[in-house]
Amino acid sequence: MHKEVKTMLECVPEGSVVHTTGKINPAKTCQPIGAMYAALGIHGCLPHSHGSQGCCAYHRMHLSRHFRDPVLASSSCFTEGASVFGGAANLKTSIKNVFAIYNPEIMAVHTTCLSETIGDDLPNIIKTAEIPEGKVVIHVNTPSYQGSHITGFSGMVKAMVSYLAQAEGAEKKNQLNVIPGFVNPGDMREIRRIVGLLGVKMIMFPDTSDVLDSPLTSKYEMYPKGGATIAEIRDSANSSATLALGAWASNDATDLLQEKFGVTGIPLKLPIGLKATDDFIMAVKDWFGIDVPASLATERGQVVDTLIDTHFHYQGKKVAIFGDPDHVIALTEFVITMGMIPKYILTGTPGKQFDIEIQKLLSGAGIEGSKVKAEGDLLELQQWIRAEPVDLILGTTYGKYIARAEDIPLVRVGFPILDRAVHPLMPVVGYRGCLRLIEQISNALLDRRDRDCLDEDYELVL
Amino acid sequence: MAEIDGTIEEMLLPYPEMVKKNRKKHLIVKDEAAACCPQIEANTRTIPGIISQRGCAYAGCKGVVVGPIKDMITITHGPVGCGYYTWGTRRNKARADDTTPPEKIYSTLCFTTDMQEPDIVFGGEKKLAKMIDEVVAAFHPRAINICATCPVGLIGDDISAVGKAAQERHGISVIAYNCEGYKGVSQSAGHHIANNKIMENVIGTGSERKPGTYVINILGEYNIGGDGWELERILKEIGYTVNCVLPGDSSYLDIKTLHLADLNLVQCHRSINYIAEMMETKYGIPWLKVNFIGVESTIESLRRMARCFDDDPLEEQTEIVIARETARIFPVMEQYRKICQGKTAFLFGGGSRAHHYRHLLADLGIEVSVAGYEFAHRDDYEGREVIPTIKTDADSKNIPELHVTADPILYRDAHTRLNMSREKFEELSSRVQLGYYEGLYPHLKDGHIMVDDYNNHETEEMIRALKPDIVFTGIKDKYITHKQGVPAKQLHAYDYSGPYAGFNGAIIFARDVANALSTPAWKMVTPPWDNYDNAQGSEDNA
Repeated sequence: MHKEVKTMLECVPEGSVVHTTGKINPAKTCQPIGAMYAALGIHGCLPHSHGSQGCCAYHRMHLSRHFRDPVLASSSCFTEGASVFGGAANLKTSIKNVFAIYNPEIMAVHTTCLSETIGDDLPNIIKTAEIPEGKVVIHVNTPSYQGSHITGFSGMVKAMVSYLAQAEGAEKKNQLNVIPGFVNPGDMREIRRIVGLLGVKMIMFPDTSDVLDSPLTSKYEMYPKGGATIAEIRDSANSSATLALGAWASNDATDLLQEKFGVTGIPLKLPIGLKATDDFIMAVKDWFGIDVPASLATERGQVVDTLIDTHFHYQGKKVAIFGDPDHVIALTEFVITMGMIPKYILTGTPGKQFDIEIQKLLSGAGIEGSKVKAEGDLLELQQWIRAEPVDLILGTTYGKYIARAEDIPLVRVGFPILDRAVHPLMPVVGYRGCLRLIEQISNALLDRRDRDCLDEDYELVL
Repeated sequence: MAEIDGTIEEMLLPYPEMVKKNRKKHLIVKDEAAACCPQIEANTRTIPGIISQRGCAYAGCKGVVVGPIKDMITITHGPVGCGYYTWGTRRNKARADDTTPPEKIYSTLCFTTDMQEPDIVFGGEKKLAKMIDEVVAAFHPRAINICATCPVGLIGDDISAVGKAAQERHGISVIAYNCEGYKGVSQSAGHHIANNKIMENVIGTGSERKPGTYVINILGEYNIGGDGWELERILKEIGYTVNCVLPGDSSYLDIKTLHLADLNLVQCHRSINYIAEMMETKYGIPWLKVNFIGVESTIESLRRMARCFDDDPLEEQTEIVIARETARIFPVMEQYRKICQGKTAFLFGGGSRAHHYRHLLADLGIEVSVAGYEFAHRDDYEGREVIPTIKTDADSKNIPELHVTADPILYRDAHTRLNMSREKFEELSSRVQLGYYEGLYPHLKDGHIMVDDYNNHETEEMIRALKPDIVFTGIKDKYITHKQGVPAKQLHAYDYSGPYAGFNGAIIFARDVANALSTPAWKMVTPPWDNYDNAQGSEDNA
């Protein structure tokens, strides 16, 4: 029994429409917010937006809504004058004021479409700015008219390497770099826990745990205790390997560490799902020759046990997945492990590799007839769903309109989630993350079954 | 007073000399002994590097004023971010009504040209024109807005020309707003740009007046959390015809007929006073500044507007509704008042709320010791009498002024609109203060602080020094305040509650504030072992 609710998005035309230009209901946002998020994962860092105030305000608001925690960043406050004559004076004044008033260890500057269109020369401006002794200013170019928030994140992580990483010699230390990708602080904390269980020394950057999931103690610190320190990022050049978790967000910095310092880069998926978590653990095991502890084997076994216990809740169900490419690729792999059928797979971020990666997963599972798209938008996704419905949507908060209009349950995963709380603290990575995803997917489908069934079919035990 | 001055001095201490000198002019301490309001510096540039809460002209134009118009498709011409961040984030509720069916409402969609590098290099006009064509073909909207973002102005895309051509091609109104983010010094510039374009292109183009004896508009009401609907409920019960609420839950069709009302009510003075003033000049419609936030303020506003029509049955009906509503809500308010009484608050808004909400808080026994605005002008602090003395600077000069004159056909003297003699109108005008706003300052008490372009550092320091019981502010400050151990409520998004306006709104606000103050977790901040160890320690010492 399927209820016709149809109380949302009535304006969206029935049938397919010509939509070749621009985005309607985008599934991405602009580069600077990703750069700002990455910068918050450096200890004692104040992100700085080189543009007009609006960009900085929007990014802070959006990150605050997702994390429900303080997000501080400064802006070059462009006015029309700066837009005509260039923003050098604004950035220099900003640097002076920021260190005098807010005293961060490091200022991480990203550009905007405004300063990029003007063509401000950031390296030269920074070189001639007054930077107090012992303090650092780094920068990344993040024109909003390229890539997405994910490439902006990637760019800032790469800037951390290019500005800060320094090799002490040719010899590498017995330590691992992990670039965790654009994931929540809860995920980063979980990655740290898993690597800790494996007994390997790790440098993770950026690291927003203990920054954007900080406790309420009534003793406010502008710079919370978390974040990768400058010293740690510097030392990343001396690690023997880097795990790049998610190609879109983490490959650029990893490649630079390899090119510049000979740190072996190991490209992986985000460790979301059973197989991707296995791959992550095996990569650490292979590189360091360590034994995987029994505790992780137990966690893994619990996931397998749960999958077998609950497969009839979701097996064979069709699912639409949208969001950021690294998330979507890993989630697609996991729903295949769960026996579900990824029917529509869409990301707003551009990149040809997306289709290749997803097709590999689909053909590996023998799944045909799915639609895959990079640089797509949610109007298109809705039109696909209208033409042929699915049982479940996996994606961000922005999927909620489609979920209501088409009466399909939505499991919220990824960035941003603006209408539910606690998620930034709860990992979806690792084996613990598998359990969370299975629980959410299973519950969503069972809640729907309970809601829609006849009285005589309403059962106590499911 | 000396103590407050000391607090401010201390707060300014870390500032470099230039910043200190600048910021001092944006901070006023109320001195009841002084004859008038000291001049505050407002609507001037934020110093680069200061963590201000301000947004941009695009936010003021698209995000605030034109975005809520439910039956217009608003295309953001620019890279993806600007359109994305203004998608469903301001809680302007909209629903179908007699003239706008659900399939003509676009409020939950986001349209952006998503400019890419080649568009920046070679120009984005063709892309914009093509997107308009596709949108018209797919959605058949009644009218379209085009809002510019920063790069559009820099590369010289002529969005007005694109709009005009599209208008001719499709036979629907296409309005272009040059609200590039770098214009002006805050959202305020965008309000002005939007006001001008709506005045120029939409108001006055409709011809059907809604039936009724007392036909009014509410300007500068955004229907956040359903505020506008609560006001419509009250006003309809009294006997008014609400011709249009601009822009909350408004339609293009409604706005076309804005000039057919007899009286304009102005709720948010900062964002909409331009239209109120221009409509007075062009059509002769008088405007009345009202405040429907708070029980006492709502009552006073209702009485003042009833007086405008000089009609006994209307005044009687006003009193009947007031009596009935207050009898209903006062007992409910009372239980929350018990929790709130005697508490102190900080109140930070955009350009109006720091004034509006202090009355609602007063209803609850909460005193506001610090009030600030992001983007207000001097008249919002000091009253409209200072307008002739406000100097234009390089930034304000960049916002075009629209000069309107009396419409040869549609202009009617205000007194005839209100059905009274000229003498009577003049007497009324001074009694209810038509066309006037006194600003925030008169409402402050001795020693209270008024802050313009309030910023992170100052807010944090004032919370530390003055220890308010609760802070009303935006999302960017909310969690910082929480971490300092102080409850904070979002004054823009109401923490996703509402309405907060009118009588029903007062109860909901009272409940939300009482909950924020009394939620049990505030008593659980310190872990038990901390107290335990301290107690043990003091015993050991003894």
